[in-house]
Amino acid sequence: MHFITDRKRATGLGASGSGTTRHWRLTVTSVALVALVVFFVFSFGFALGMPYEEAAAFYGRPFPAIVALLTFVVGMYHFRLGSQVMIEDYAGGATRHWLVIGAICLAYLLLAIGAFSVIALAVRPLIVPAAPLVLPA
Amino acid sequence: MADIPRGNRPLSPYMLGPYYRIQLTSLTSILTRITGNALIVTTALIAWWFAALVSGPEAYATANGVITSWFGDLVMTLSLLGLWYHTLAGIRHLIWDNLAMLEVPKAEMLGWACLGGSVVLTLLTIIIL
Repeated sequence: MHFITDRKRATGLGASGSGTTRHWRLTVTSVALVALVVFFVFSFGFALGMPYEEAAAFYGRPFPAIVALLTFVVGMYHFRLGSQVMIEDYAGGATRHWLVIGAICLAYLLLAIGAFSVIALAVRPLIVPAAPLVLPA
Repeated sequence: MADIPRGNRPLSPYMLGPYYRIQLTSLTSILTRITGNALIVTTALIAWWFAALVSGPEAYATANGVITSWFGDLVMTLSLLGLWYHTLAGIRHLIWDNLAMLEVPKAEMLGWACLGGSVVLTLLTIIIL
């Protein structure tokens, strides 16, 4: 870093110190979500209201499970960034900090609940044997 | 720098009402923000549905019952409208990010496309599902 001047190191980073990183990440996640949302609406919407066994079997299949997993991960990361943009427009000082912390925690909580559940549903048919294990005598 | 009152500056909604007339572009912009952030409620409901499906038949019956009740249907239909609106408005931002369609008539046309498109997509989704 000794080769870079202070001016060069600061250029393009702006008052936030991180430049346009948040805007870029919101853009990337928004492009991904355009496709994910379409797939998720028509897979989850199909499963919603199914009897228990049918719904569990539906999310034991790879395609609906991968779509749901990606939608939770990308969607909640998009919310984590986007909600902060909104909060920073309307709140200042300590209120701003608490609201941003709360929104980030909520985003990762729902991400964890959703992702864990989808993975558990997808993996269960692979690890729970269909018939009881019978040991040889 | 010392005489600037930092921390006591007016934040953006202060000008709404007395100083600022709502237009289609600003209305559709505010709607983008409202729909995007409100979708956290929908996400919480859907995360609950998935967690209940993992937990077992009784928990699933409760979550699935609430989300497919008349009130749940109302919330999910409004969520669908909000989701399609936010998606279309997001595509509009991607278009604007490429410095395209920024002229007022074209920007307003995109605003009507978001409003009308979200209603059409919601009706289509309800018909298909």
